[in-house]
Amino acid sequence: MSSIPPFLIFFAGALLVPFLRDVPRLRMAWLVLIPIFGALNIWGIEEGYEVQYRLMGLTLTVVRADTLSLLFGYLFHLGAFIAIIYSLHLGRRDNATVQHTAAVVYAGSALGAVFAGDFITLFVFWELLAVSSVFLIWTRGVRSAIRSGTRYLLVQVVSGVTLLAGAMVHWHQTGSLAFGEMGLEGLAAWLVFLAFGVKAAFPLVHSWLVDAYPEGTPTGTVFLSAFTTKVAVYALARSFAGEDILIYVGAVMACFPIFYAVIENDLRRTLSYSMINQIGFMVCGIGVGTTLAVQGAVAHAFNDVLFKGLLFMSMGSVMYMTGKTKASELGGLYRTMPVTATLCIIGALSISAVPFFNAFVSKSMIMSALLEEHKNWIWPVMLFASAGVVEHAGIKIPYFAFFAHDSGIRTREPPPNMLVAMGIGALLCLAIGIRPELLYGLLPGEVDYNVYTLTHALTQLQLLCFAIAAVAAFHLWKIYPAEIPSVNLDVDWLYRRAGARVTRFVGGAAAAVDGVFRGVVLNAVRGGIRGAFRAHGPRGVLARTWPAGSMVLWVSILLTAFLFLQLL
Amino acid sequence: MSAHLPVLQVVVPLLAAPFCLFLRRGRAAWGLAVLASLASWVIALALLRRVLAEGVLSYAIGDWVPPIGIEYRVDVVNAWVLLIVSTIGAAVSLYAGTSVEREVEAPRIPLFYAAYLLCLSGLLGITITGDVFNVFVFLEISSLSAYALIALGQARRALTSAFRYLIMGSVGATFIVIGIGLLYVMTGTLNMADLAQLLPGVWDSNTVKVAYGFLAVGFCLKLALFPLHLWLPNAYTYAPSAVTAFMASTATKVAVYMLLRFFLSIFGAPFSFGVMALDRVLLPLALVAIVSMSLVAVFQVNAKRLLAYSSVAQIGYMILGLSFATATGLTATVLHLFNHALMKGALFMALGCVMYRVGSVHINAMAGLGRRMPWTMGAFVVGGLSLVGVPLTVGFVSKWYLILAALERGWWPVAVLVLLASLLALVYVWRVVEVAYFREFPGEEETREAPWTLLGPTWALVALNLYFGIDAARTADIARRAAEVLMAGIGS
Repeated sequence: MSSIPPFLIFFAGALLVPFLRDVPRLRMAWLVLIPIFGALNIWGIEEGYEVQYRLMGLTLTVVRADTLSLLFGYLFHLGAFIAIIYSLHLGRRDNATVQHTAAVVYAGSALGAVFAGDFITLFVFWELLAVSSVFLIWTRGVRSAIRSGTRYLLVQVVSGVTLLAGAMVHWHQTGSLAFGEMGLEGLAAWLVFLAFGVKAAFPLVHSWLVDAYPEGTPTGTVFLSAFTTKVAVYALARSFAGEDILIYVGAVMACFPIFYAVIENDLRRTLSYSMINQIGFMVCGIGVGTTLAVQGAVAHAFNDVLFKGLLFMSMGSVMYMTGKTKASELGGLYRTMPVTATLCIIGALSISAVPFFNAFVSKSMIMSALLEEHKNWIWPVMLFASAGVVEHAGIKIPYFAFFAHDSGIRTREPPPNMLVAMGIGALLCLAIGIRPELLYGLLPGEVDYNVYTLTHALTQLQLLCFAIAAVAAFHLWKIYPAEIPSVNLDVDWLYRRAGARVTRFVGGAAAAVDGVFRGVVLNAVRGGIRGAFRAHGPRGVLARTWPAGSMVLWVSILLTAFLFLQLL
Repeated sequence: MSAHLPVLQVVVPLLAAPFCLFLRRGRAAWGLAVLASLASWVIALALLRRVLAEGVLSYAIGDWVPPIGIEYRVDVVNAWVLLIVSTIGAAVSLYAGTSVEREVEAPRIPLFYAAYLLCLSGLLGITITGDVFNVFVFLEISSLSAYALIALGQARRALTSAFRYLIMGSVGATFIVIGIGLLYVMTGTLNMADLAQLLPGVWDSNTVKVAYGFLAVGFCLKLALFPLHLWLPNAYTYAPSAVTAFMASTATKVAVYMLLRFFLSIFGAPFSFGVMALDRVLLPLALVAIVSMSLVAVFQVNAKRLLAYSSVAQIGYMILGLSFATATGLTATVLHLFNHALMKGALFMALGCVMYRVGSVHINAMAGLGRRMPWTMGAFVVGGLSLVGVPLTVGFVSKWYLILAALERGWWPVAVLVLLASLLALVYVWRVVEVAYFREFPGEEETREAPWTLLGPTWALVALNLYFGIDAARTADIARRAAEVLMAGIGS
């Protein structure tokens, strides 16, 4: 059987979705079938499979399959499958048609992007990712979601334009549009790097992520968390593996969100910060650039889709059932949502890289690679970041949502499809954790790595013990906010004070840099707009309706100038 | 019959015009106008096909041999422009039936179609003729009928706008005829090919340079190059919707064609770029137009006026392509003539649909229309994306060649500026989209989707926007050939 470009199946599938509006059951079946058809198709794709297309005298490589792109291809099918199941219950009230169509197109664009063999194709899918995904935010319908969706779109489009600019400069200089290894030299590479960086939420250009993801619909955010940033990680691995700067960028990404995540009240926003932190590990691994490090980075991307998806799904379920996501408003839900709570804990154990859960098998690769390359002072930084993960994602998320003080909310388990989706996610987290060779077999190159050695397990367990001990100590000294019985709306404030001992010091510095940067940019933008308005606004010099006399004056000025110049 | 195609191209609409007056009834006049415009569209297609296959066609009017008699001369360049004008002409004439009934008083409708056909034949005449004085004659035909068309707008300001356009248009036409006169004095001929042969001999004379100056200012006025664009925004804003769609997609394009034809084919690229430094004069004006007029568009409150300013910015792109003085730059210009006609035509037609149902094109009046008029706003969104230059639309193809041309010359800042200006376009398109899709529809009354008689032609243009955005090989190939013809000059 000959294969077709993977994104085509999704796009064709999306075309049919609006027509199934009135037959929800058929639509459900169709939606589930799309990633299954896709999987059958991609299974038949061999390494070296290419599809080319001629456009405007250029030969574009629309599909280029190698182990790296195939790995992400499998991953995105898996992610789409889980997220689609998770969102099957959507009805007319949730704008199901728009959400489903946008989500399927979005997944298709992500596939298109990872199989793109040249920058133009990549650019097209890059923009499609932005345009399709924004609907998953807008359809939530509240004002804040529309606004932040618009901001998100703007940032993503700017990233796309930067990518196109870089691609054109690159083409002009080298005559090649191939999307491959670049090396960070020259204007072209920097432009492309910047475009990737925006999408990967590099520090200082990360705010779109924490701004928009928590504003998405409960199901939409699951899709969002699976694709956009992973495409960026893939692109970085493809073009900039081994660039030293990425190690430091990755380290900063892994560390700074921790402080924000600790003090954040909205649990979905906490997860968004945690997402930047996880991408930090991947970026760092890509920066190291050895086979092991890059393998670790892409394996971690693979796992991240599973466990971060699982956590977002559990928070989405909570939000769907209770309408709340604030730590201060939730708590005690384990009584009424025991299954969700259990699945969420599995996700939390996974993200904390507990042995026998999936993040352990990939994060250890990155950490080992750091040591092998003698990055002796980056290693402890990443270790600290790992501890931070345990704190803000591993403990905070399940604790505040399902335990902590009883919020008095009595609800039910979410619809079965949501539970099934979370169950699949949790199962895969465990399966990969227990049998890492399942994942290692898909990675590019031979994997020569044994994750279950005494050292790895011990290091990680020590780390976990340390982190848990720290939390326990907080409990003991009653500075962990949720211990205080009177916490209600004040939680937000209290925990800022509790965290302050550590956070204000380090987080304050980070926030100050961030704040100054934002302030400068915002002021410049405001000033620019004001200036532009003065001249270009409806009453500005350039937009007024001028009398015929002054128009003729311009004519004579131009004629005189022209003649003067020519006859001089 | 097929030998007479060049002359039929102009004569069919020209003769149909007075019959519209005789018909007296609006519907009948409309039918005739549709027939005539469709016929000229078919002729233009046939002409382009023949020119692509056989090369230049020359037709002597009344069998008077050129250069004494008037020659109609069709090469790739003007066959292309003829196709642009007649395509838009046909689409707008189909569209006008419903739109004009709403916006123009019934007794004036036959008058409207007479003027419309005159304007169309004037524009086609300018494009097809190989005789410079004939250019002036057709220019006057098209301009005078355009003033009348604009004055038919509902708002009273349509009259003053048309009057101001009349003054400026007449100044421009006068400049052009002065330039033509001076050329005649120096060479004794009005035939384009003949002029191209004789002019190199008198390059040094000041008279030729003065003629060049007059022509340059005259053309720039007609094509609304910044800062000579001041007549355009009001004229487009207050004209009837169909007229705006027609004028915005054809009149300025034909003016650009005149500029290319005179300065490249007749005077020749070596003279224009080498002696007269046309590129260096136009470059700053084009850049200012692109940035400044996009900014003005961002702050507009009337969607039609917003698009009018955007047109001035887009004309900047066409002139920018010319000012690169390379074949790639010219390819971008020629391509953008076509592409811009498609996108602005679709956009103004979509606004016409809004006007038909809502009675206003104020941005605030479009609140909530995304749900009430999904097809109309869908057309606007696709047209807007094309304007921004999103891939898979024609706008992207234009931007692509423009940036290529900039990179070829090594002008990075220009390429960056073009990309930044695309973002400005995104902002002003977005302002409309945001109001239409994210604001609640005010009031209870039933606002329905526009009738299909309006939506059909609109979506036909939208479909072309997408089709030629995806399959750009053919248009790009024609544009490249046209650019080569222009660079080579008419003599060779």
